[in-house]
Amino acid sequence: MKTRILVRLKPGVLDPQGRAVHHALEGLGFDGVADVRIGRLIELDLADGTDEATITAMCEKLLANTVIENFTIEQAGE
Amino acid sequence: MAFRAGVITFPGSNCDRDMAVALEKISGAPALRIWHGDAALPDRLDFIALPGGFSYGDYLRSGAMAAKSPIMRAVVEAAGRGVPVLGVCNGFQVLTEAGLLPGALMRNAGQRFICRTVGLEAVNTSSLFTQGFARGEALRIPVAHHDGNYFADAATLDALEAEDRIAFRYTESVNGSARDIAGVLSANGRVLGMMPHPERAIEPAADPALGGADGRKLFENVVTALASA
Repeated sequence: MKTRILVRLKPGVLDPQGRAVHHALEGLGFDGVADVRIGRLIELDLADGTDEATITAMCEKLLANTVIENFTIEQAGE
Repeated sequence: MAFRAGVITFPGSNCDRDMAVALEKISGAPALRIWHGDAALPDRLDFIALPGGFSYGDYLRSGAMAAKSPIMRAVVEAAGRGVPVLGVCNGFQVLTEAGLLPGALMRNAGQRFICRTVGLEAVNTSSLFTQGFARGEALRIPVAHHDGNYFADAATLDALEAEDRIAFRYTESVNGSARDIAGVLSANGRVLGMMPHPERAIEPAADPALGGADGRKLFENVVTALASA
């Protein structure tokens, strides 16, 4: 069972990496980029039937730091 | 009884020896070296130090993996019993990831790794780490980090200030930390996390570039406080 965890900085938390990438995009001549935020994609290959509560616990205990990050869980197709 | 301090080494710690040397020079007693994979701490520890470095290569987030290592369960339990814990640099990151201190340490606002001696001021002067400092006392202590940008939400920052839990502030622009916070204390004042390295500033050097002795007092405070406890 393939599951994707998308970890993103919470709105309002400054993202220095995103800002630097935004600046670099502008330097390359790409106009019209309003903002850049960098997150992390984690792919898990889980035993079939792993319940959402267990995956949520994985995120809260390790995969995301909930002081600064939000996470979303996506069940990927086979 | 001799001061009994333990220094934890994680894979990728690189300031563990400096920390042990600082504790030994100032307390006069040997510091015990503890491996991250140990499930239990040595008996009757007076003090635990989490050193700087790049534990687990900073995988996932700085300090995140180390915070879940077997020894950290024992450290969290010991802190709960009131055993003092000092985390420096990566040790501070580990303490926030382990939930022993509030907030998080994010990438420096300027994106760059910063390695230089910076100005600090002592803020709290009542904890066992800081009781020998005068409020506002100026210190110069080295920093060496990429992820030292302290973040917490406004309510947490207000509470830290109201409860006098800010140990040190930067007196110059360093890494973008919220309210210039360089070190924070737990609610009971017995856990301190700080990005600057006091263990790198324990002896006056002929060349100021080699560091000063402003970190020494922090260790003296701890040894004095625990000897009289």
